[in-house]
Amino acid sequence: MTTPDQHQDTPPQNRPQSRPQNMGAFTPEAQAEDTCTKPSFYAYFIKRPIVGAFSLLTGMGITLKTLCNVTSTVTQEYPENRDTLTMPPAFRGQVIMPHDEEGEHKCTACTLCEKACPNGTISVLPMKNIANKKVLGKYIYRFDQCTLCSLCVEACPFDAIRMGNDFEHATVDKDSLVMVLNEKEGRL
Amino acid sequence: MDTSTHQPVQQSVAERLDPHTATTPLGDWVRELCDAPDGGNLLSMTINVIIIIIAICAFSSLTAMVLVWMERKLAGRFQRRLGPTRTGPFGLLQTAADGLKLFLKEGFRPNASDPFTYYLAPLLPLTGAFMVLAVIPFGPSMWIADPELGLIFISAIAGLGVLALLIGSWGSNNKYSLMGGLRAGAQAISYEVSLILCFLLIVLASGETNLLNIVEGQQGNFWNWWIIKLPGAGFIAFIFFIITSTAELNRTPFDTTEAESELTGGFHTEYSGIAFSMFFLAEYVHMFIAAAIGATLFLGGYNAPFEFLPDGWWWLMAKSYAIIFLYIWFRWTFPRLRIDQLMALEWKFLLPLSLINLVFAGILIAMGWIL
Repeated sequence: MTTPDQHQDTPPQNRPQSRPQNMGAFTPEAQAEDTCTKPSFYAYFIKRPIVGAFSLLTGMGITLKTLCNVTSTVTQEYPENRDTLTMPPAFRGQVIMPHDEEGEHKCTACTLCEKACPNGTISVLPMKNIANKKVLGKYIYRFDQCTLCSLCVEACPFDAIRMGNDFEHATVDKDSLVMVLNEKEGRL
Repeated sequence: MDTSTHQPVQQSVAERLDPHTATTPLGDWVRELCDAPDGGNLLSMTINVIIIIIAICAFSSLTAMVLVWMERKLAGRFQRRLGPTRTGPFGLLQTAADGLKLFLKEGFRPNASDPFTYYLAPLLPLTGAFMVLAVIPFGPSMWIADPELGLIFISAIAGLGVLALLIGSWGSNNKYSLMGGLRAGAQAISYEVSLILCFLLIVLASGETNLLNIVEGQQGNFWNWWIIKLPGAGFIAFIFFIITSTAELNRTPFDTTEAESELTGGFHTEYSGIAFSMFFLAEYVHMFIAAAIGATLFLGGYNAPFEFLPDGWWWLMAKSYAIIFLYIWFRWTFPRLRIDQLMALEWKFLLPLSLINLVFAGILIAMGWIL
C-alpha cells in the first residue's frame, strides 16, 4: 500500500497509471455537462419512451416475421430425415482426404498439418517413390484424439484435407478410430 | 349533460336472458333430479357445488397444459425452432409428460427451511386463481359467483399470488429465493396501483363493478367494447393493462423475480417435484386469468364482435387467447428490465400517465363524448 506521502515523493510522470487519464464524470465540470448521469427532462421523459416504444415494436415485428415464416426453421428432425440430411457448410466432422477419379490425393507429405495439430492426432509418414522423391506413404489420423478444431485444414497449403460432414461415429472398438486417410501408398 | 349516452340501450336486451338469473342445462338437470326445479334444495346445491369444483380444477389444469404447450411451441417458432414434436401429435402431450416427470421427482426440502411456510406457499397461488376464476363470466349463464363488487374482489385476490411467492421465498431460507420474493413483492405493490387505475377507468365508464354488468354494458358490435367506445382513453388503458398485468404475472420483460441469470430461479430455487409444478401451473392459470379479465373489461367479454353472431364462451376464449399470444410474443421478444428500470417505468411513467388517462376518460364521460 502506498501512503499519500509516498505518492508525493515519486514524480508525477512515474506514478502508476492504474486509472484512466480522463476522469470523465468525476470532475465537477464534466459532471455539469454529462448527459449520461443526469438526462434532461426532454431526453428522459419524452424522447426515450417514444424511441423505446418504436424499438420495441421493431423487435416485435422481427419476431412476428420469424413466426410467420415457416420455412425459416433450422431444426433438423434427424432420424427421420437421415437420407436427405444436409449439413451446414461450416460443419466440422472428422478430417477427410478427398480423392479424385483416379484415386489421387493432393497431399505432398509436407507435415504442416502434423505440426499444426495441438494434440498429436495426425502422423504423416512419408516415403520415397521411384524417382527418389518424397511422397505420402501413410496419413495416420487418430480420431479418438481429435478435437475437430480444424487447425490442420487451415494449415494445409494444398487443400489436401478438409473437415467432413459425417457425424455418426459411435463405436465399441477404440482401435477403429485410428485410420489411414489416403487410399494408396506412394505416388509416381 | 345527457346521462343516457354512456349506457346505450340496446334493442335486443329485452330478448336476451337476464344473465344474473340464467341457469345452465346441467344445473337445471341436477335440480330436477333432486325434485327442486326452482331454487334448489341442499342436495342439489351440494351436487352443483361439487360439479363446479371439479369443473374449475379440470379447467385450470387443462388451461395450464394448453398454455405450456402453446408457449413452448410459439417460443420454438419465434426462435426458428420447432418446439416439442416427439410427445404425441405436434408435441401435444409434452406438458403431460413434464407433469408426470415432476410428480415422480423427489420432493426435497432444504434442512434449514421452515416446513410450515415452505409447504404452505405452493398451495396458495392456485387457491387465489380458483377464487378469481369463480367470478369471471365465461358466458351469459356460465359463471359461478356474481358478487356486486366483482372487480374489487379480483383486485383484492390478485395479491394472493404474490403473497405465496413471498412466503415461499422466506420459508426456503435461501438468499436468492428471498431476493426473488422481495422483488416480486416490490413489483406487485408498484404495478398494482396502475392496474387498479385501469380497472377504475372501466368502473368510471360503465358505472358498474359487477363483471356481468360490465360485460352486458358492452353488448352489440365491436365498437361498443370499452377499448374503442372510449375514444383514445380506452386503447391507452388497454395498453397500460397489458403492461401492468405482464408485470403482475412476473413474466418477461418483468421477470426479475425469477431472473435465471441473477437469482438461479428466484423464489422457486429450492422447490422441486410437485411443489414446483404447483407454482408452474399457477403461473399459467394466472396468465389465462389476466387475459380473461382484460378481455372482459376491454374487449367485451363473451359478446360477439358483431350483433348477428351468437354470444358465448367461445368469444371469451378467443379474446383471452389473443391476449395470451401477446404475452408470449412479449416474452420471446423483449429483454429483461433491470429492477431500477422496472420501478422507474412504473412510478415515473405508467402511474402519472394512468392518472392523466383517467382524468381524460372522466372528461370524455362527463361530456358524453362516447361512441
